[in-house]
Amino acid sequence: MRGYAYLKDVATLALNRERCTGCGVCAHVCPQQVFVIRDRKSKIVDRDACMECGACALNCPADALSVDAGVGCASGILTEWWRERFPRKRGGPASGCC
Amino acid sequence: MGGGIDESVPGFLGWLDTPAGKVARIATEWSAADHLGAWKVRWAIGRMAYLVPPGLYAVGTPDDSSPVVVTANYKLTWDLVRRVLAGRDAWLLVLETHGINVWCAAGKGTFGTEELVRRIAAVRLGDVVAHRTALLPLLSATGVCSREVRSATGFEARFATIRAADLPEYLDNGFRTTGPMRRLTFTLRERMALVPVDCILALAASLPVLAGCLLAGASLAKSSRSVEALFPALSFLGALLCGTAGVPLLLPWLPGRAFSIKGAFLGLLPVAAVGVESAWAIRSVLPALLCLPAASAFFALNFTGSTPYTSRSGVKKEIRRALPVMGLSALAGVAAWVAPRFPG
Ligand code: SF4
Ligand code: SF4
Repeated sequence: MRGYAYLKDVATLALNRERCTGCGVCAHVCPQQVFVIRDRKSKIVDRDACMECGACALNCPADALSVDAGVGCASGILTEWWRERFPRKRGGPASGCC
Repeated sequence: MGGGIDESVPGFLGWLDTPAGKVARIATEWSAADHLGAWKVRWAIGRMAYLVPPGLYAVGTPDDSSPVVVTANYKLTWDLVRRVLAGRDAWLLVLETHGINVWCAAGKGTFGTEELVRRIAAVRLGDVVAHRTALLPLLSATGVCSREVRSATGFEARFATIRAADLPEYLDNGFRTTGPMRRLTFTLRERMALVPVDCILALAASLPVLAGCLLAGASLAKSSRSVEALFPALSFLGALLCGTAGVPLLLPWLPGRAFSIKGAFLGLLPVAAVGVESAWAIRSVLPALLCLPAASAFFALNFTGSTPYTSRSGVKKEIRRALPVMGLSALAGVAAWVAPRFPG
């Protein structure tokens, strides 16, 4: 996103150019402008901007995109880890994310 | 029609007859109660779930060719959408997202394909309008698969704009999403709106730590200066404010990509305050230096949940690296504070 940059080289986004039909859906739904369509194919031009929301992969009609989608929220991830460790205990860190 | 919608819905004007039954017409102006409600939500006062009944609503006097705008049943979102539709005729299809906004609900899947398909059928949207287009907030693409909606309902789920404020322009220029309409922003104003709730939640979660600070302060302060008992708690509050208010406000200008680094950096402010107050006595400054940036960094890390650009993989990596450092630093800080205060 313009003016903001989070960690580099972590995004799990992958594009299979063989399958891509260049329909442009990914470029339309991505709120971070990660793709451009060039020569009838999608191209990842800003991978580090990907926030792994999953919109592109969910809506790609050619099944050409994959991403480990989820919410980038520290308290949510901590809660998840807590639950994995102590599956029987309730509670754990309160989740401040949505 | 549409279970739950009755004459008590906010802004109710009257009923409109449609081939699928009666539909509530709603006002586009906010009442005093709507303004008060919006203010309370910002300050986390009252219910966290702030909702309107899901179903179909009418804005203006829509007919079978009027656009269908889909939104969440979080009342604040619903309020924003009906306000921007002032002076127009439109249908408002409200999904059951349990009072949660579009972005969060789409991530959770409640603003998703299944609910949209179910709601289109429940309100008999196909009998109300002659066209087959439903306009969705762009960010709901995270939860809604447009193709599946079409094959299940015949309706084209069209991702329109990120912000409700851009809807009028979108409707006027023939359903075309321009560049700025699909670009997320995180302006000072948007960040400021998040600060009160984050501060209040952080304060509530920190009550045990604050109590600990007060107890420790009271038992270990030199009796000659009673205000000194408050210093640990005050410095912790300073660190909390740095992480929950300072970092969001100064976000683009703080050094580093990681939130914990930004937070730790700002956490040097209360350290400096401690330094000045104690005339840079090492027994005060060292513990502050070990504890306060760590605390500020922790609260800053928590802010990742409120930003629209952090990825899950990124936050995981940051937690793995930063959390142990913060924990050890804080522990060492407590030790450095307590040790010289025990004689012998
Ligand atoms: S949505 Fe899929 S098929 Fe369409 S351009 Fe993007 S990657 Fe290619
Ligand atoms: S996951 Fe989201 S942010 Fe990442 S490329 Fe896809 S649509 Fe864009």
